[in-house]
Amino acid sequence: MGIISEDKIIVAIVGSLGIIFTWWFFLFKKEKETAVEKEVDIIVSGGYSPEVISIQKGKTTKINFIRKDSTDCLSEVVLPDFKIRKELPLNGKVTVEINPQKSGEFGFACRMNMYHGKIIVK
Amino acid sequence: MKQTYLIKGMHCASCVRGVEEAIKKVPGVSDVSVSLPAETAMVEFDLEKVDDEKVFSAVSGIGYQAALKDNAGSDDLEKEKNKDLTRLKKKVVVSLFFGALIFWGSLVGQNFFLQLILATIVQFWAGLGFYKATLPALRHRTANMDTLITIGTSAAYGFSAVATLFPGLIAQAGIEPMPYFDVSVLVIGLILLGRYFEAKARAGTSEAIKKLIGLQAKTARIVKDGKEIDVPIEEVVVENVIRVRPGEKIPVDGEILEGGSSIDESMISGESIPVDKQKGDKVIGGTINKTGTFTYKATKVGSDTVLAQIIKLVGEAQASKAPIQRIVDLISSYFVPVVIILAIITFVVWYVFGPYPAFLLALLNTVAVLIIACPCAMGLATPTAIVVGVGKGAEKGILIKDAESLEIAHKINTVIFDKTGTLTNGKPVVTDVILVSEAYPESGKKDPGQARMTEARRDDILGLAASLEKGSEHSLAEAIIQKAESEKITLSKVEKFKATPGYGVEGEICKDKVFLGNRKLMEKEKIEIYDLRFKIEELESQGKTVMMLSVDGKLAGLIAVADTVKENTKEAVEKLQKMGIEVIMITGDNEKTANAIARQVGIKRVLAEVLPDQKEAEVKKIQAEGKVVAMVGDGINDAPALASANIGIAMGSGTDVAIESAGITLVSKDLRSVISAIELSKKTMRTIRMNLFWAFGYNVALIPVAMGVLYPFFGVLLNPIFASGAMALSSISVVSNSLLLKRVKI
Repeated sequence: MGIISEDKIIVAIVGSLGIIFTWWFFLFKKEKETAVEKEVDIIVSGGYSPEVISIQKGKTTKINFIRKDSTDCLSEVVLPDFKIRKELPLNGKVTVEINPQKSGEFGFACRMNMYHGKIIVK
Repeated sequence: MKQTYLIKGMHCASCVRGVEEAIKKVPGVSDVSVSLPAETAMVEFDLEKVDDEKVFSAVSGIGYQAALKDNAGSDDLEKEKNKDLTRLKKKVVVSLFFGALIFWGSLVGQNFFLQLILATIVQFWAGLGFYKATLPALRHRTANMDTLITIGTSAAYGFSAVATLFPGLIAQAGIEPMPYFDVSVLVIGLILLGRYFEAKARAGTSEAIKKLIGLQAKTARIVKDGKEIDVPIEEVVVENVIRVRPGEKIPVDGEILEGGSSIDESMISGESIPVDKQKGDKVIGGTINKTGTFTYKATKVGSDTVLAQIIKLVGEAQASKAPIQRIVDLISSYFVPVVIILAIITFVVWYVFGPYPAFLLALLNTVAVLIIACPCAMGLATPTAIVVGVGKGAEKGILIKDAESLEIAHKINTVIFDKTGTLTNGKPVVTDVILVSEAYPESGKKDPGQARMTEARRDDILGLAASLEKGSEHSLAEAIIQKAESEKITLSKVEKFKATPGYGVEGEICKDKVFLGNRKLMEKEKIEIYDLRFKIEELESQGKTVMMLSVDGKLAGLIAVADTVKENTKEAVEKLQKMGIEVIMITGDNEKTANAIARQVGIKRVLAEVLPDQKEAEVKKIQAEGKVVAMVGDGINDAPALASANIGIAMGSGTDVAIESAGITLVSKDLRSVISAIELSKKTMRTIRMNLFWAFGYNVALIPVAMGVLYPFFGVLLNPIFASGAMALSSISVVSNSLLLKRVKI
């Protein structure tokens, strides 16, 4: 084997950095938790904002999903632990009421299970 | 945005105007349309300025009440979906047409600048959705399928654009300035085509619930003050009297007051044979009246009706998550980042170690890896099958509470049936009426007192017994009275009636002292049974309860009462056993009766004399033997047993569908639907496994191929265009495979 040319070394280094960055960027994000009293608007656009909400056990909480993203996948939101599946019309508001009796973390997602959010019941 | 509200308290057109004006006054509201018959207001407003509370207070300010309407504007949703589909179709046609032009052009040496124009249109018009999904997702630090497609097609398009506009720059780097517009354009076209077909197929998965919603009647004909008026279904209240004519849909649940008919309940129970109903029988809203005309009293309306509860149950079950899905979730949460990393590795390895032209090969293979990876097939594999499976069940009268129940049902190897009301009809009927003279003619000769009774007719026995039982509240009494009524026997007047719990009843009929009860009663009254005890034992060994009737201190006859086995019980038990499932009967009855019924239906293992509160413990004992147990009962008396079994199956009476303790509720009373439920679970699970196999296998097999692992051995590389075709097919195949569940026979 001859000497590896400079550009190849650069590509290898940038590639390695890219791998580390990708891993860090997607898998090491800090979840920002939004505490919710009674009602919360979750904007559905490229995901859910806020993504993680915390609510209180035994209290009815209204979650309003407002979809602003035309991505087909986001057209439905599924809260499997609460057995709720709702269609979200574009630019419409769909209200979901939950009254959790158990504390814990309950995920919600779009219908293809690509975008995720979390409800933390305390 | 548009929102529909329910408005309560409107009576006339001026109310409508009032509400409209009040809502219009709310700053930010652009349009209002109020409907009096539907009691709704459709409001269009600016989300930034208006919220529900403002609308509520505007409406309540003028004395009406507003509330959010659930499932509002489902028609609008449908319209919007259709519009989306049309838009998508347009994009697919344009992209594929442009793609074909470019592909043909690159063969015949077309102008690269023309290609650039066409590709730019496709990239940023047809492919705009991918960017729109990717950018906000990146802000959330999440990645999805769109991210992969955006990176992949942007890389191909970006390189090609530079190669077209600045060929010198590329050539300087020692790379041939050859654009690959066909890749970016055809990849977008094919992926959109896949989405189009997937969206169309997906609409079919939720057909069952749409059908159920469609069963709801729109109006009801209420009888009030001798007049009949048609009113919208929402206005029907409990106690309203409703008339139903032949061929009409029964609007809400209720009880027949007058008349009778044959009613088609197949849409709810899955039973194809119409059911005859008379005065006092319950009718279910959404079912169809076939022949007669009747009036009935509404007992359940709105969200309390059986149909509304079924719709709710099915909707909830379709939204729930099967345990098998948890592992899929875990994998898919890492999937996209891992694919991006694999793509980077592919680029580096090809660039560093690849043959000439290393950069182009690296680029094309990286794009192929990004495009072939299909997380959506994995995401769709389980839920689409659950939605179709639960819907299919509902059509057959099998109501599944959640995906978990559907998943467990296929593992069942033991079914415990509660006897009364499940294996049997739960209503005792008179099976034998025996005259002393018939059963044992000689006894009359031996005892002169018996002679009088030998002349008595069978009808007299039944008549005397029924007359006595008229005053009793025992469940067996009802059977005797019904039998006498059905045979049109006139009952006599009873004097000095007395019921002794645990023994029987007594009274005076035409001055004769008459006793009706069990052996203990006869012994107490010192009435000789003679050799008739053999007959009594014979009847008892058949599972019947025998009552003895004595007149004037002498035994006159026997009446045997038994709960009858349901018509299809034996067949169902046999089938279950053939499937390798052990069938067990559990009952509070004594062993003799229990064994007799078990013999009749072919059950080998019997748990007799189990008190209701012990059933749960018995179920647990059988589970401790390592069995996966389904407990089948009526869901009311045996709720704890149903809840403690691996899966509780409630045989509904057709009226109480939301049985909490049961994982599966069977609307029909036919035991064969237990088999259907297990079959449905098996078939759904098979579909899920097949889907997951395809979805995972596809990714596991093709991502390495796209990376080029076959290249050193066979010189095989995956063209990104083929990759996009394959990826489109993978989602479609998963959804279509789930749709096949609709056709299976259960």
